[in-house]
Amino acid sequence: MSLSVQITHRFGGFTIDTGFETGPGVTALFGRSGAGKTTIVNAVAGLLRPDKGQIIIDGDLVFDHRTGRHLPPHKRALGYVFQDARLFPHLTVLQNLRYGGRFAKRPATISEDGVIALLGLAPLLERHPAALSGGEKQRAALGRALLSRPRMLLMDEPLAALDAPRKQHILPYLERLKAEAGLPILYVSHAVDEIARLADQMILLKDGRVAASGPVFDVMADPAAIPLLGVREAGAVLRATVTDHASDGLSRLQVGAGPLELPGVKAPIGTTLRLRVLAQDVILSLDPPQGLSAVNSLPVTITGIHPGDGPGAAITLDASGERLLARITARTVKTMGLRTGLQCHAIIKAMAVAPGAIGAGPDAL
Amino acid sequence: MRLSLFVGVFATLLSLPLALWVAWLLARRDFIGKGLLNALVHLPLVLPPVVTGYLLLIAFGRSGPAGRFLEDTFGLVLAFRWTGAVLAAIIMGFPLMVRAMRLAIEAVDPKIEAAAATLGAPGWAVFSTVTLPLILPGILAGAVMGFAKAIGEFGATITFVANIPGQTQTMPSAIYTLLQVPGGEAEAIRLVLWACLLAVVAVLLSEWLARRVAARIAGG
Repeated sequence: MSLSVQITHRFGGFTIDTGFETGPGVTALFGRSGAGKTTIVNAVAGLLRPDKGQIIIDGDLVFDHRTGRHLPPHKRALGYVFQDARLFPHLTVLQNLRYGGRFAKRPATISEDGVIALLGLAPLLERHPAALSGGEKQRAALGRALLSRPRMLLMDEPLAALDAPRKQHILPYLERLKAEAGLPILYVSHAVDEIARLADQMILLKDGRVAASGPVFDVMADPAAIPLLGVREAGAVLRATVTDHASDGLSRLQVGAGPLELPGVKAPIGTTLRLRVLAQDVILSLDPPQGLSAVNSLPVTITGIHPGDGPGAAITLDASGERLLARITARTVKTMGLRTGLQCHAIIKAMAVAPGAIGAGPDAL
Repeated sequence: MRLSLFVGVFATLLSLPLALWVAWLLARRDFIGKGLLNALVHLPLVLPPVVTGYLLLIAFGRSGPAGRFLEDTFGLVLAFRWTGAVLAAIIMGFPLMVRAMRLAIEAVDPKIEAAAATLGAPGWAVFSTVTLPLILPGILAGAVMGFAKAIGEFGATITFVANIPGQTQTMPSAIYTLLQVPGGEAEAIRLVLWACLLAVVAVLLSEWLARRVAARIAGG
């Protein structure tokens, strides 16, 4: 399963000129509001006809401006989860779920009962959309898209309309979906934390063009991505395994370079999860830290120093094979004598990793 | 009286599908001549009914082009027959029907229809499973308006099909005739009461139906 997009589209004085390919797993399409994300997804779904280019889904040429081919949406076999759910108001949740099945020509890969269990929809089946909360609507919309037996799921900011607690409630469902449905997903978002938890690959859009793309662990740790992600949002993603829960509320997690102690980890021992370590929360020290209140320190090697436009500089670090990103001032770089190849210590303040930035692995549910 | 009801039901049922189609065209499609179609549909609303009736007589009279074609091909005669009263009622009620349905269709979020398309529904299925159930109140409202107009139509009817008792004499023309005759008031009042009753029942019925449908949509 693959998606290949190469399109040019002009609208309202703005030009999208984008080319990318996606494979299995979750591919995140990231960009600020107005970067052209929704336009691209609508073109993939067939809801919008681009000016130029080609779109290939699974070897199937669905759009080609040269031949004039533009397969209508209902023949593309893509599941689309919209930001605003768009459930059918006159149907119950169950009727909504069953809507796509009667048109589907592909064999079912996941049963109705399976979807209902996966998304916790059983108590909602007889209700109408008007009687659902925002999070429940999104879960129902997700189930409806899954049961239309799509080749791929398109999700356009599915959590953007939800408040933070609801978002935290629905994210585990998405992680479970990713693990169990085995469907490729194109996930559009402007929320870095969602992407850090869910995505395998990510594509950064800026002004309608692809600014960076690659595995999420690489792109997140790429200093060039900092201005695109935002200075406060930039930061590497680490894989960590839960090894112990202490009685004082701190948990021990093992990353490649050593142990970390973090609060608020609910996943059981043995779970592998993702940690997002914001670049601005990483402190560098030449000596092993002593007498500091921050408890987490990892031995790292500086792999690059990238001065930014302002007083800051991005430092890329290698932590036993994993990438970390630190953001400190250019003056500090000079006074500390930091240079590529230097070995030092990255100090991560325990409370710096917010609970929402910790992905609960699939086993955690 | 009975003829009026008959004409009303017949005209409403005949024009319903066409009105729905025209309403959908006007609400959801862009095409050359859309403005013209819109004006044409609304014309009977602003033209003096007598003018509409006379135009119908010219076009659908036995020597008119459309009238001759219908008579030769289907053996259908409209002028001065009850069938003509139905046509006059259709033409006069059409703008009201289209207006109500168009408003209902425009109130349906095209995003919901787009969602149905992404779930694999072809155009006709999107319309019949999503749009149609959602605009049902509008269709009912349009049908009731068209029906009320059909049984009450006077000007175009009397011009096109005259006022032949038992054949083309609808309720309004009967009332008109009775009022011209000395001592006809009592009978006229009886018909007027019937007309009032019919109108009230029609409006209440449509309100009740619309509320039921709205409740179903909202999941009440």
